[in-house]
Amino acid sequence: MPIILATDFIVYLLFIGALFFVSLAIKRQGKAFDVLRRIKGNRLAALSTIALVAYGLIAFCDSVRWRDAITDEKGVVQKTEYGKTIFNPEPLSILDRVFIKKREEVEKTFSAPLADTLFVKETIELPDGPTIRDYPPLKYPGTHLLGTDKVGGDVFFAALKGIRTGVVIGAGTTVVMIPFAILFGVLAGYYGKWIDDIIQYTYTTLSSIPGVLLIVAFMLIFGTEGYQGGIVTDKDLALSIFVLNERLFWLCVIMGITSWTDLCRLIRGETLKLRELEYVQAGRAFGSSGLAIIWRHIVPNVTHLVLITMVLQFSGLVLAEAILSYIGIGVGAETGSWGNMINNARLELSREPSVWWSLAGAFVFMFCLVLPANIFADAVRDALDPKFRGK
Amino acid sequence: MARYIIRRLLYAIPIIIGVNILTGILFFYVNTPDDMARKILGEKNVTAEAIEGWKREHGYDLPFAINSGEDGVEKITQTILFQKSVPLLWFDFGTSDRENVDIKEEISRRIWPSFAVALPTFTIGILASLVFSMLVAFMRGTYLDAWGVVACVVMMSISTLFYIIGGQYFFGKLLKLFPVSGYDTGIHSLKFLILPVVIGVISSIGGGVRFYRTVFLEELGKDYVKTARAKGLSEAVVLFKHVMKNAMIPVLTNVVVSIPFLFYGSLIMESFFSIPGLGSFTINAINAQDFAIVRAMVYLGSILYIIGLVMTDISYTLVDPRIRFE
Repeated sequence: MPIILATDFIVYLLFIGALFFVSLAIKRQGKAFDVLRRIKGNRLAALSTIALVAYGLIAFCDSVRWRDAITDEKGVVQKTEYGKTIFNPEPLSILDRVFIKKREEVEKTFSAPLADTLFVKETIELPDGPTIRDYPPLKYPGTHLLGTDKVGGDVFFAALKGIRTGVVIGAGTTVVMIPFAILFGVLAGYYGKWIDDIIQYTYTTLSSIPGVLLIVAFMLIFGTEGYQGGIVTDKDLALSIFVLNERLFWLCVIMGITSWTDLCRLIRGETLKLRELEYVQAGRAFGSSGLAIIWRHIVPNVTHLVLITMVLQFSGLVLAEAILSYIGIGVGAETGSWGNMINNARLELSREPSVWWSLAGAFVFMFCLVLPANIFADAVRDALDPKFRGK
Repeated sequence: MARYIIRRLLYAIPIIIGVNILTGILFFYVNTPDDMARKILGEKNVTAEAIEGWKREHGYDLPFAINSGEDGVEKITQTILFQKSVPLLWFDFGTSDRENVDIKEEISRRIWPSFAVALPTFTIGILASLVFSMLVAFMRGTYLDAWGVVACVVMMSISTLFYIIGGQYFFGKLLKLFPVSGYDTGIHSLKFLILPVVIGVISSIGGGVRFYRTVFLEELGKDYVKTARAKGLSEAVVLFKHVMKNAMIPVLTNVVVSIPFLFYGSLIMESFFSIPGLGSFTINAINAQDFAIVRAMVYLGSILYIIGLVMTDISYTLVDPRIRFE
């Protein structure tokens, strides 16, 4: 029984968008081809793109999920008295299923990377009577690439699960805000007068509130409920098959509300310029309606701004997620995220000797997403922004 | 000039009112006073009388925006929105929802530790970014420049949390150079301030250098630079005397744009280093879901940003005499 979350749509959308972009590039069309050529000519950018694609694929695998029917030992599907199949309350994604062993191989508590014993001493009773204090052996020695955390979960797997959250926050926030930014930016720029005044006033007001506090306020009020990962309750399902009321999704929406203003301002400025160009004037002279001109001539000519903003904002948003989780208003505790990993592990660094692998895992995985994203963003900007072209 | 400043200040008034109305709707209408009372008094076993009592005590027992029970002006004034918003204009923040502390007094006490961290971080950060970016712009096209840009991108890609946690661990715990966290009064606070300031500067320098480098490079491509070189000025004079002056506008804009990030930075900095400033005050209020404090901080932050905007506009006219808004 498939479960599709609202944030899964964001990942699917991203996937379709990427496919569309690549197909355009292969057909040697427009801006997509410029970007591809720029990336091909730059080894660093090419490597970054490969890394981003790998992250994207993992996020995609973690966004296709379904619930299994519960079976007894003989493999017979369990049914209720009304003949309805009983499903496992926790949906598993493809990623979960690939790493099913990592999910289930849980130790008692901390263990160092690839260690054979636990990290803390325990009183062990020897078979012949006396007790000693020593490091007890692990149940699954040598299999935890990055060790285990406080409750014995595999750190490597937790870091992998964080990828989806990072990608969703980084891309989803922009995906959510793009329609509003384009709509308001183009309207303000094209029609001017009182429409422009109202829209300008709105975004100046919104942007003068410190973004992080606005996010905090919204999250305190709207974001406390909703599906947080893990078990799907009947209440979640009652909404529909799509569990729309999801905390991660609200975080994207809220961060979108606080971050659309910059893009809107850029698009407004560009539209002001485009409005005066000859071909737009000609369109107007031939009697095209305002909306037709906007759709045919203005919107296609601001897409490069949208693309540039999207890739430039991506890395900042991924980093912001960690900070918001630290403040306690990020994604839910059940949703695996690097911010949650850092937050849970930061006090363990002061142990003697310190537990560093949880932090290291989260930071390295985050770094390996943010660095390629930054390099990729530069390449895209260089290819699309005339100001940077040829430098 | 005076007329321009006055007009610029008048433009700020509707924005301040807008911020007030927006946060008022968000905090007192979408999130009703009943919700607040229930959160503060505990979710379960709360009687309706207890909620009413709490609302009366904290002044939330009025209608939201229009009081139909009153006459004339009081229709508007005897409401939550009016009672809770208008005093903000003269910085009367009232008392907090949970522990009844005087918010204004708390803020005026905590603002100094915040300044002690934020101001040096901000100024040193900007100066260091400017110096380094000029250096790489001066060395443009060389290996130093190429590697400098790579280093910037790498530094930008590292989470601030890593700088903080790593810095505390390395300098505080391993080298024992500075105390890991804490705060003291007067001159003794210095040893507590060095580490947060250094970490704050390091975490901002990557993005800063990269941004200012593009600004300088853009200016270097312009015609007046060619003229200056053609008349025999040394590269250093060109860079520091001519380019520097012309690059001031984007630099100033960027400085103002980063003022809200001061807020952002201080939130985590102060709570990691246990500095009793506004940032940790806000974080505590967030965790306690104390909306009166959060709203006061939102308001204060917006005022700061608006003042910054007005100040940049004024400084534009000082830096570039061609800019005169009519």
